[in-house]
Amino acid sequence: MAIDQFQGVDYFLIDELLSDEHKLIRNSVRDWVKKEVSPIIEECAQKAVFPEQIIPGLAGMGAFGTFIPEVYGCPGLDQISYGLIMQELERCDSGIRSTASVQGSLAMFPIYTFGSEEQRKKYLPKMASGEWMGCFGLTEPNHGSDPGGMETHFEDQGDYVLLNGAKMWISNAPFARVAIVWAKDENGIIRGLIVERGMEGFSTPEMHGKWSLRASATGELIFNNVKVPKENILPNVKGLKGPLSCLSSARYGIAWGAIGAAMDCYDTALRYTRERKQFGKAIAAFQLSQKKLAEMLTEITKAQLLTWRLGVLKNEQKATPAQISMAKRNNVEMALNCARNARQLLGAMGIMGDYPIMRHMMNLESVITYEGTHEIHLLITGKDITGLNAFV
Amino acid sequence: MKILVCISKVPDTTSKITFKDGDTKFKTDNIQFIVNPYDEWYALVRALELKEAAGGSVSIIHVGPAENDPIIRKALAIGADNAFRINAEAKDAYYTAFQIAAHAREEAYDLILVGKETIDFNGSAIGGMLAQMLEMPFESMCSNLQIDDNKLTVEREIEGGKEISEINLPCVVSAKKDLAEQRIPNMRGIMAARTKPLQVLEAQDCEALTHIEKFERLPEKGACKYIDAEHPEELLNLLHNEAKVI
Ligand SMILES: Cc1cc2nc3c(=O)[nH]c(=O)nc-3n(C[C@H](O)[C@H](O)[C@H](O)COP(=O)(O)OP(=O)(O)OC[C@H]3O[C@@H](n4cnc5c(N)ncnc54)[C@H](O)[C@@H]3O)c2cc1C
Repeated sequence: MAIDQFQGVDYFLIDELLSDEHKLIRNSVRDWVKKEVSPIIEECAQKAVFPEQIIPGLAGMGAFGTFIPEVYGCPGLDQISYGLIMQELERCDSGIRSTASVQGSLAMFPIYTFGSEEQRKKYLPKMASGEWMGCFGLTEPNHGSDPGGMETHFEDQGDYVLLNGAKMWISNAPFARVAIVWAKDENGIIRGLIVERGMEGFSTPEMHGKWSLRASATGELIFNNVKVPKENILPNVKGLKGPLSCLSSARYGIAWGAIGAAMDCYDTALRYTRERKQFGKAIAAFQLSQKKLAEMLTEITKAQLLTWRLGVLKNEQKATPAQISMAKRNNVEMALNCARNARQLLGAMGIMGDYPIMRHMMNLESVITYEGTHEIHLLITGKDITGLNAFV
Repeated sequence: MKILVCISKVPDTTSKITFKDGDTKFKTDNIQFIVNPYDEWYALVRALELKEAAGGSVSIIHVGPAENDPIIRKALAIGADNAFRINAEAKDAYYTAFQIAAHAREEAYDLILVGKETIDFNGSAIGGMLAQMLEMPFESMCSNLQIDDNKLTVEREIEGGKEISEINLPCVVSAKKDLAEQRIPNMRGIMAARTKPLQVLEAQDCEALTHIEKFERLPEKGACKYIDAEHPEELLNLLHNEAKVI
């Protein structure tokens, strides 16, 4: 891939709403990504491999458990810092951001929020450093948008529980050391279990053949009479609220991340259309090109403001799950539209790996589906404003 | 080893440079500022490497107003131990060197590192002036710096080769590319920088010796004319009659 020349997009001087430390964090992650990830990402995506060698670097950049307190070996930063880190990672590739989202919001967050003090001390420091990677098992072959119908279940056997079932579409599964698994007890109540690699009857086959998020590893979690010690059950949560609050945290990060992908598409298209000449002038000089560029920038700017505000609300612990749904839904669709328009502006070059656009576009097809599909988020907003449930 | 690194603030390399007040002042609106790369990537990082190898401390100094604190915090995040800011606009090279020298006299540094130049004004003057004011030896534009038994060996690229010299400490050295490799601050560094000491010092009385009359931009590049290789006489004609250079 060509040299990463990305320059930030800030049409409404939103930087003035950030603290000096936010900007230092954002710029440092941007520099790190340009140095360590941009040069290898295209090849990783083409070959469909996750670059495990960047895990220590991601940890150094605070990408794992960004907002979890320092006593657990985590950065202890605020929600805007977390958002900015996700933005910069996804600016490079949604798959890299996915790995960080899963580690921080879906695996470490439940241990921190619902775990015992022993569980926090055992897992969080090693996960913050990237020594132990985690994954999050909610989706099953027969239950995606409707996770409450899950079939994975466990039975009390005294000191341990016996876990059976299967999860599918699980990011990080192929290399994760720790899996947060949501399963039903004998009474049909959903509980969170910490399942560790090496437990007998637990396997994580990789899913191959994706056309999206190719630089992220996705797999299954298969539980065949796995004996899980009782101390591995998250003590402080019961029911769907557990996994849903993890998803709220991850979706918040995705709202920021999608802006990153959109900015990269816009920046690439702007640079390309100013240089590429047809009919004797730069294609950026044609009104049809300018419409695309101007609309991309308008939508990015709106998303930036929405998301910054969401970050402030999240820092004040006032952000509602429905607000997070709105931001995730809006921003991912916005990014996908930017990718499609940018691809069009680059003509044939737009489909090549020399530019990041097609990769972003394909990645975003997963992002618009996982962590609640585009439709489900709309129904969440619908329910929030009407008080009427349209899911079933 | 007690090391001082001088850092300055410059516009990001991608900034669009414009002027105001009849082309006498640089227009800073909407400009992103960064730490001067020669100071950050080479001088500061080499200082940190020396400290990591042999112990000691790395302080940074900056002459500028409080709004420049973000660049100081960045240098602290990369790993400097503490910082001094002389609370004054850096009026010119002499003024700036004078302020740094006044501080350095009090602190007895073993080594003072500066970047070979700033990427905006390209003055390359501070290092030499500072050495003169402190009556220390000066080596400019070093691309390699080693310390052995209190002896400093520096390498400079010169026309057609290299010059390797030894100088006594304390001294002033200006840093060029290759002296070290850029370090990106990590989160631990950024968090540690919050509590590292940043001492603000009042400026000493000193007159600037120069002032800027006017900035001028390079003339726009003219259009390129192609001449058929079969007709070199056309080139002669244009050079003689149009460009009037021959
Ligand atoms: C690359 C990738 C990584 C993933 N990583 C993880 C992970 O780490 N952990 C994890 O647990 N899961 C993960 N997922 C799974 C993801 O969360 C699910 O795919 C998602 O929740 C949708 O479920 P589904 O694919 O079964 O689609 P379905 O639920 O079958 O939906 C299919 C379509 O029907 C629509 N639909 C469903 N119900 C309704 C309704 N009530 N009203 C209107 N429309 C409806 C949907 O919007 C969608 O368009 C991942 C998915 C992908 C692609």
